[in-house]
Amino acid sequence: MLRYILRRILDLIPTLLFVAIIVFLVTRMIPGDPARVMLGPQASVTEINNLREKLGLNDSMGAQFIAFIRDLLHFDLGDSATYNRPVIDLIMERFPNTIVLTVFSLCISLIIGIFSGMISAVKKGTAWDYFFTIFSLVGVSMPVFWLGIMLVLFFSVNLGWFPATGIGSMDAGIVDYVRHLILPGVTLATIPMANFSRITRSSMLDVMGENYIKTARAKGVSGTLVVCKHALKNAMTPILTTIGMQISSMLGGAVLTETIFSWPGMGRLIVDAINKRDFVVVQGTVIFLAVLFVLINLIIDILYKVVNPKVSYVRGEK
Amino acid sequence: MTAKADQSPNEGSQFFRKLFKNKLALIGLVFVLLMICMALFAPLLAQYDPNEMNIQQALLSPGTKGHLLGTDSYGRDLLSRIIYGSRISLIVGIGAVLVGGAIGIFLGLVAGYFGGFIDSLIMRFMDALSAFPFILLAITLMTVLDTGLMNVIVAIGVGNIPGFARMVRGQVLSVKEEEYIEVTKSLGAKQWRIIFQHILPNCLTPIIVYATMNVAGAIISEAALSFLGLGIQPPTASWGNILKEGKDFLVVSPHIAVLSGLAILFSVLGLNLFGDGLRDALDPKTKL
Repeated sequence: MLRYILRRILDLIPTLLFVAIIVFLVTRMIPGDPARVMLGPQASVTEINNLREKLGLNDSMGAQFIAFIRDLLHFDLGDSATYNRPVIDLIMERFPNTIVLTVFSLCISLIIGIFSGMISAVKKGTAWDYFFTIFSLVGVSMPVFWLGIMLVLFFSVNLGWFPATGIGSMDAGIVDYVRHLILPGVTLATIPMANFSRITRSSMLDVMGENYIKTARAKGVSGTLVVCKHALKNAMTPILTTIGMQISSMLGGAVLTETIFSWPGMGRLIVDAINKRDFVVVQGTVIFLAVLFVLINLIIDILYKVVNPKVSYVRGEK
Repeated sequence: MTAKADQSPNEGSQFFRKLFKNKLALIGLVFVLLMICMALFAPLLAQYDPNEMNIQQALLSPGTKGHLLGTDSYGRDLLSRIIYGSRISLIVGIGAVLVGGAIGIFLGLVAGYFGGFIDSLIMRFMDALSAFPFILLAITLMTVLDTGLMNVIVAIGVGNIPGFARMVRGQVLSVKEEEYIEVTKSLGAKQWRIIFQHILPNCLTPIIVYATMNVAGAIISEAALSFLGLGIQPPTASWGNILKEGKDFLVVSPHIAVLSGLAILFSVLGLNLFGDGLRDALDPKTKL
């Protein structure tokens, strides 16, 4: 097991190096002078030169890359020109908000997705099955940004149940905080919920055809116990592997959801930075999210191995 | 001659019988065909120029005489803009999949066939590309590429590369062990000839299914980029920028946001349903 974990960690090194190369090259592809673009047309030559010096843009590409990697290893993601603060501080300020939103959405999607998938599998061919199948088909096709707007229209504008934008304050009480969280949380949860439902249904249908389930039933084990203890437990492996992929799409979805609901998280930070042409913040947040995603996948792989010890490590096969 | 790739007429008819028996796939096909017809015949179907402004007629409700789906804040006919918007969605959807598919398929073929260090290098690069959430990669690329149709296609296409590469690599690994490939090799066929004439045709079935699904993803990504103001720029009609404008008039004219979003939803749903149907029809394990 330890060997497996070590090899997976070693395997991350080239991937992370490529992540750094991609981000470095992409941010160097900015047409024109990045310093001029960041400071705007009113900036003086001295200001532009100072920023170029600060960003290391006067150095050769090789020197810039080495400095970039060295800074990354020291968790230094540069300083924002618009906020006048280190990017890592901005990230640490916003990241907890994205985590709260993502974890809340993941919980909703897992609970409803697994439950609806289970009902669909157990009641195969009934109206319930058709209802949840259509629900998941529409869910995976839903543009999250549109769903967010529709939820605002219905629940905020028409019914006035939930606030349309912003983040609640814990000082105003947990109820206020959760009320602010509901609409963005449901918006972000829709696609993963649909995916979990589809996967739970198909993997449970596979498992329920197995002999040991038939034997358990023949022995008189109650239907609920067979479904929950035996079928669901064995159908969990594909669900677990899907969580990693879903978290990635949720981090992407958070960019759009946070923009719609003015949720002060990482997504909002990136979109604001793009609008302000603050490339240092864009570079820092993108690399932070990419590394985070790689690490989440590593944890999922290790958990997968714990659940399923027969899994062997094959390089390149993920 | 690609022995395995050739389907007998019987297999072909079985594929169509399976596909047409699948009601959801047929519903999906109808949505997809509607979208294609809208895009192809936009000048014939649209009653107005999509960019023609008429401030006196701004924000008319759906059902108003002469404007079936109402108008936007500049008095432009919403139905005409949605019809023309389908062109952008389709061009970006297909274009992005072609860009991502061409590069991804090539890399997957090379990685799978040659294996070893080349395989490791390519796949680690693909892992790194997949580490960026899809929309985040497109947003980042759009920031440096600047707006414009071609750039939107490239930005979304890049995100499609790793998926195609992984899928094709997996196929190549199984196909290259087949006996007829060994025979072709022993007859002295050149490596590139084996890859493109013998291995690639046998990977086409999953590629087609995967590409269909990815067109749907690319359409959503285009709409998302335009919604954030990074994709297709106004006044050109795209479903994403119609929705963006609709968001600003949500209280007074919710129809703009509702209808443009429904256009995206139905086209993506259609492609997903049809893609699912194609996959089942092409899967020999699926019963007729």
